[in-house]
Amino acid sequence: MCDQCGCGLSAGIPATVSGHDPHDHGDHEHGHEHPHPPHSHEPGEQARQTVELRHAILEQNDRLAERNRGYFLARGVLVLNVLSSPGSGKTTLLGETIRRLGPRLKTGVIVGDLATDNDARRLRDSGAPVVQINTGTVCHLEAEMVARAVRQLDIARLDLLFIENVGNLVCPASYDLGEDLRVVLLSVTEGEDKPLKYPPVFHSANVVIVSKADLDRACDFNREAARANIRHMAPQARLFEISAKTGAGLDDWCDYLIQRHEALKQRDPLAPA
Amino acid sequence: MHEYSIMQSALNQALQQARLAGAARVHEIRLRIGVLSGVVPDALQFAFEALRPGTAAAGAVLTIEEVPARFWCATCRREFVSANLYSECPDCQNPSGELRAGRELELSAMEVDHV
Repeated sequence: MCDQCGCGLSAGIPATVSGHDPHDHGDHEHGHEHPHPPHSHEPGEQARQTVELRHAILEQNDRLAERNRGYFLARGVLVLNVLSSPGSGKTTLLGETIRRLGPRLKTGVIVGDLATDNDARRLRDSGAPVVQINTGTVCHLEAEMVARAVRQLDIARLDLLFIENVGNLVCPASYDLGEDLRVVLLSVTEGEDKPLKYPPVFHSANVVIVSKADLDRACDFNREAARANIRHMAPQARLFEISAKTGAGLDDWCDYLIQRHEALKQRDPLAPA
Repeated sequence: MHEYSIMQSALNQALQQARLAGAARVHEIRLRIGVLSGVVPDALQFAFEALRPGTAAAGAVLTIEEVPARFWCATCRREFVSANLYSECPDCQNPSGELRAGRELELSAMEVDHV
């Protein structure tokens, strides 16, 4: 390799030359033995170099999410990012959960939809403070949207914050919002194989809730098959089967939230995660 | 279609780094995308075609390396790659709750004019 005319690589430069101009070697001579695959030496072809980057593409969101997490932890607020397909019962479940937790935990909600404040109005009936985010054409919530929405809540008065994400099982999976727990809903009307169809979101779940459990017979929903599929894609997740309509399963779910909030309050915000 | 905004940030980061390096043109952008990242490589390619005109990467190609899902089995004390994305260890059949690779969304490298 030549280290005088620049056609070779000097140590420490993370670059590989993959094509360069025919050039003059001045007062020294050497052959063109290159340590890389053969390539053309057409005149006019630009010399190239590889720049190693290794950047997380969502670094900015991840950083803001960590900032949100620290902000919530320091105030003792347990934050849940709730994801599901449209129409799987997020709003009804949250409304019923808030009513039951009422005397025990003060709960707020941030709800994301492309348009309308219908969900916010439904949730306000439960007595909780609610902030609606309209994302326009954006198919998911990002950490920065949550940070802005939180300013409209009296966070110091809250124990629990639900973030109801945009109804979508794909895009929200990629975005950390700074939540403590990611909750993924699967309603019995959607079929047992939903976890197999959407692996990324289920692999990222801390909690999976089978919702609308009272409709299982009407939908020929096979609970055993659903449990097996959830185990394939989300063995790390805590599983609940809930009917917000009949109330079945809601007590276990609310007890779990109270326990998690207690555990969060015991944590030192400055201790490493 | 969150691939569009993800491709936009990857391209912006690459163009910024090219400027810092003093390179006038970007010839190739390389990404590492995990199969459990929730991002579809074809949709990234499609977004890249739409985003690159008028930038220093107008003539660049986008190369995507897919990163497979790799789990840790605590029973067998070894990692395994899961092609069907199931979390069960192929040897002991116990499900693994520990995903070690497969969520990457990384701008790994680029090729620019030699400067």
